[in-house]
Amino acid sequence: MTIPNIVGAGLIVIGAGLGIGKIGGSAMDAIARQPEASGKIQTAMLIAAALIEGIGFAALFAA
Amino acid sequence: MDKLIEQFSLGLFVWQTVLFLALVLLLRKFAWKPILEAVNNREEGIKNALDEAENARKEMQNLQADNERILNEARTERDGMLKEARELKESIIAEAKEEATIQANKVIEQAQATIQSEKQAAIADIKNQVAEISVGIAEKVVKTELSDKDKQIKLVEDMLKEVTIS
Amino acid sequence: MNRFKLVKTITLLLLFVTASMHAISTPSKEETHGKKDLKTEIKEYINHHLLDSHDFSLYSYETDEGEHKYIGAPLPVILWDGGLKVFSSSKFHHGETLAEVDGNYYKLYHGKIYKTDAAGTINYDEDHHATNAKPLDFSITKNVVFIFLVGLLMFFMFSRMAKKYKNNPIPTGLGRLLEPIILYVRDDIAIPNIGKKKYKKYMSYLLTIFFFIWIINLLGLTPLGVNVTNNIAVTLALALMTYFITTFSGNKDYWKHIFWMPGVPVPMKIILAPIELLGTIIKPFSLMIRLYANITAGHVVLMSIIGLMFIFKNWIGSPLSFGLAFALSLLELLVAALQAYIFTMLSALYFGSAVEEHEHH
Repeated sequence: MTIPNIVGAGLIVIGAGLGIGKIGGSAMDAIARQPEASGKIQTAMLIAAALIEGIGFAALFAA
Repeated sequence: MDKLIEQFSLGLFVWQTVLFLALVLLLRKFAWKPILEAVNNREEGIKNALDEAENARKEMQNLQADNERILNEARTERDGMLKEARELKESIIAEAKEEATIQANKVIEQAQATIQSEKQAAIADIKNQVAEISVGIAEKVVKTELSDKDKQIKLVEDMLKEVTIS
Repeated sequence: MNRFKLVKTITLLLLFVTASMHAISTPSKEETHGKKDLKTEIKEYINHHLLDSHDFSLYSYETDEGEHKYIGAPLPVILWDGGLKVFSSSKFHHGETLAEVDGNYYKLYHGKIYKTDAAGTINYDEDHHATNAKPLDFSITKNVVFIFLVGLLMFFMFSRMAKKYKNNPIPTGLGRLLEPIILYVRDDIAIPNIGKKKYKKYMSYLLTIFFFIWIINLLGLTPLGVNVTNNIAVTLALALMTYFITTFSGNKDYWKHIFWMPGVPVPMKIILAPIELLGTIIKPFSLMIRLYANITAGHVVLMSIIGLMFIFKNWIGSPLSFGLAFALSLLELLVAALQAYIFTMLSALYFGSAVEEHEHH
């Protein structure tokens, strides 16, 4: 692994982490506001997080 | 990425595809279809049972409503009958009273009429008697007058004393 | 009763996790006597663990005479090299010797079979990659064995469960555990994403893929040292199946939305078409990478932390990394189920988009 690769990987992890963190935080807010819809919110959250994660992994392997 | 391509094993890919497809087909035939069907049937059964219970409950309610209605009808009928009977009684009593009054009036009238006629008869009788007595007196007076004047007067006086118009 | 069950489950999990850690850590402990540096040793061991292998070895150790001993069983090697060649992997002696079959020599090098000359020379290019010819390798490797075993297990488990339904509509035994999961896949994955009318066609695939990934991920956490889903070939096969099912069940609306997006101006349509087309390929690609990367990352981190135990070798560091490894194992149990769920969920989502009927256009 060369240094640009490592830096790139780090950037990807930061980006993906921020993205998933935002999704998780928003989902928490939503659940706090509407606890009865928590099931649906969790599903939507997982899907969104999975999509970001997929892009993140794809970028990680490219880096 | 290079590492991934290098790591890729065609044999494993082929085996995975073949085995997995076989697994899907086998499980579909021997497991998923029967399981899902059984579960579906069971769910439908439960749903039907619930529906039936609901229907029975509704029918029960209808029956109860019917009973209530019939009871109410009977009650109003009874009330009607009672009222009718009371009216009848009252009317009978009223009629009887009227009849009695009429009858009484008749009797009174008759009695009055009888009294009147009796009175008339009595008066007529008295008149007759008075006339007879008067005639008798007159006869005696005439007789005594014819014998003695004093006696005649005395006689008249006696006679008058005897006769008191009651 | 419930509490009892919970306690039982937790005890089982504990046993499971600690046993797996013990088994994984055993070889490293044995190898500390070796000549190599401990760190590189652990690194090599992890790399070896991540690869598929042509034999099934539970663990290996070195005798006092410096001879490698392996506990396990050889597996059949099936090669296509101008004709079918089948032989036992014991001929390779774990890569230490050449296998001679029908006058050809084969060498096992970094988990791959290469064709060599009688001396077993391997030629390298400038990136230190072997340039020898590779015969087509359809061997029954360790992973194939476990794919087969999981298939067998699933078949017996679910067909037995199905048979029980014939007499009694209420599940008994294992069915009590599995039925809610099956219903979950149906009611919370298939129906909301595909729709009530069309979900039935896809149920077999969704259920199979869910249980397959889940069970095989869980097996990866056992002391058997298998990890099938961190082979890109396996995840590619699974993702390709989702891709093909999506593509073949796509209706007119689906293709219309890809090539000629309704409701946007014409220049946008031209720009969108290649993007959408690329999207259909990126979707299964991300499925493949996600499953592969999650499981691989989990294994690497878990094994590295277990390896730390032997690097620290003191009374603070080792218990600390033991605790970390324990927590991580629990997390991996969650990840095993979560990845199966996400794979199934996204597959259902893609199928749903392929069969969706748009009434507004």
